[in-house]
Amino acid sequence: MSSQSPRRVIPIKLEPPSSLRPDERSAVLEACARLKELPGALLPILHAVQESLSFVPKDAIPLIARELNLSVAEVHGVVSFYHYFRQTRPGRHVLHLCRAEACQAVGAQALEAHAKATLKIDFHGTTADGAISLEPVYCLGNCALGPSVMVDEQLQGRVTAQRFDALVTQMRGRS
Amino acid sequence: MKIFVPCDAAALGVGAEETAEAIAAEAKRRGIDITLIRNGSRGLLWLEPLVEVDVAGTRVAYGPVQAQDVPGLFDAGFTSGKQHPLSHGATEEIPYFKRQARLTFARVGLTDPRSLSDYGEHGGYRGLKAALAMSPADIVASVTASGLRGRGGAAFPAGIKWKTVLGAQAAQKYVVCNADEGDSGTFSDRMLMEGDPFVLIEGMTIAGLATGATRGYIYLRWEYPQAKAALEAAIGAAYAANYLGENILGSALRFDLEVRMGAGAYICGEETSLLESLEGKRGQVRFKPPLPALEGLFGKPTVINNVITYASVHIILDRGAEYYQHFGMGRSRGTLPMQLAGNIKYGGLVEIAFGMTLRELMYDFGGGTLSGRPIRAVQVGGPLGAYLPESQFDTPLDYEAFAAVKGMLGHGGIVVFDDSVDMAAQARYAMEFCAIESCGKCTPCRIGSTRGVEVIDRLVAGENAAKQETVLRDLCETLTYGSLCALGGLTPYPVLSALNHFAEDFVKPMRARAPG
Repeated sequence: MSSQSPRRVIPIKLEPPSSLRPDERSAVLEACARLKELPGALLPILHAVQESLSFVPKDAIPLIARELNLSVAEVHGVVSFYHYFRQTRPGRHVLHLCRAEACQAVGAQALEAHAKATLKIDFHGTTADGAISLEPVYCLGNCALGPSVMVDEQLQGRVTAQRFDALVTQMRGRS
Repeated sequence: MKIFVPCDAAALGVGAEETAEAIAAEAKRRGIDITLIRNGSRGLLWLEPLVEVDVAGTRVAYGPVQAQDVPGLFDAGFTSGKQHPLSHGATEEIPYFKRQARLTFARVGLTDPRSLSDYGEHGGYRGLKAALAMSPADIVASVTASGLRGRGGAAFPAGIKWKTVLGAQAAQKYVVCNADEGDSGTFSDRMLMEGDPFVLIEGMTIAGLATGATRGYIYLRWEYPQAKAALEAAIGAAYAANYLGENILGSALRFDLEVRMGAGAYICGEETSLLESLEGKRGQVRFKPPLPALEGLFGKPTVINNVITYASVHIILDRGAEYYQHFGMGRSRGTLPMQLAGNIKYGGLVEIAFGMTLRELMYDFGGGTLSGRPIRAVQVGGPLGAYLPESQFDTPLDYEAFAAVKGMLGHGGIVVFDDSVDMAAQARYAMEFCAIESCGKCTPCRIGSTRGVEVIDRLVAGENAAKQETVLRDLCETLTYGSLCALGGLTPYPVLSALNHFAEDFVKPMRARAPG
């Protein structure tokens, strides 16, 4: 063993450049550490990240790819394939409005028009006050009591324009 | 005294939580001692929140009960089953309920879905105990003899699938439950998982025993958070009582089970794309063969069935293949939980033997439309099912009878539309839905669906209509025969049925139309 110049250590796992906040970064790493040994771990990890951060930030993708030894393209491909995963920060509440046939049969299209007009946003948009994001969904399994919406994780049935407005007022009132 | 208020998502969506809180608070205020049980839904969904009171062993129904009705119910003496404008008498004597054959849904709404002992007292785990005394080949033979066909929609004989997995040699095999109930108009899987989760666990355990699989996954859609909570609680309880894990009930059987969440992709209800998704990939359809029964999850032999299929298995093992087989007609044996949805007066779950006509179901059970207008069209079998006109309402509920009218029974969803429906808009929506949900693997589905929307737009705008219709029919033929899976292959069903039976809606360019 020679005792001349100190050995240079080349890090094999480069930390990808990232604009994640420290708390976001640690949430992503925590989810990876906790779940990466599961067979087929990517979806559970993405769910965990979205649950803690309310979305999957763009810069979380290279980090997850590194932790799972996948390519960035593979992880991006999965995130963008599934409608539920979002890459932009939502409002404080997410309102999913059902667009499927059973709800159409009882006026979902009129409710959709009402929602877009009163919230002044289209699907995938967030209201100016940052309170509500509006998303389409294809069936909430409440097909006998439509039109249906889901506010965060709470299903609501028989949603008239009036009930919709009451839900919006409630969401705006809550933090 | 026992009072039941459902914790089913549909009931919660119309105020069941507030009703339950009001009952608890009012009972406390009046000094009445009650036990509040949060059951599943009885399936009489137009009466939700449906509150039941146990009066000397008979369940008496009141509904729909909103929180503000609760003081009045106490005043009227509902705790001893007294009359009130919202009372319906004994739940099981309500004709809608009484006329059903509740096999798979025998316990849903009756028991406490969180209670393993309640499950056991109502016949639970008798199927598994019977199965433990049988050889795997005998279990498979029993399931085959019962005539049980996959309830997810494709109606493939369950026993044949199981036999293939049993015969496959591998160090690891899997049991997968398709709980990605994405069809509009269907909610039976959700109701079952929320109202009787143990029956699914038991059915999957039996499938493991029958095929030599030791690990199971329930692939559940994210839209069902209540079902997730119910399943996870039930799995925890089953592990604690040694109904899951190692040496189940003192036998050599091992079976582990977990819930995995989908992420909003309709295509993941297709079995091979579901397996891709479980493996952590994009939910893209696989080529078949190889069959999942030989090379399924992680390339290993895999039984994959729908929730209702697994939930029917314990009946066959407990009461015998002949018992199950004597329900139904032709090659459609047993019962099918039908779901009455859309513009329907009495929407809900109707479990009946195969053979009743669509008309009986929609009028005798459903009571016609909610709006009071005539029924014009009905879509059976989800977004890929045909729109049937009045002239086909006498079709019996049977897989082959529906195939004969170019329709499909699918997962048993019935979506009713009144005469205000614009069938050209529904046809356009079917193409739009296919475009949004296509996995992108095969060209007819990925591109044909977008072209389909455009062609329908030109057709209804009257731009060279005869030519557009020819192009649309040609495109549908390409989708039918050229697509890799049922999404592209069946999208022509709603499109062509709308065009064939409701042609007048496509030739009125002056009529105002709501886009998609």
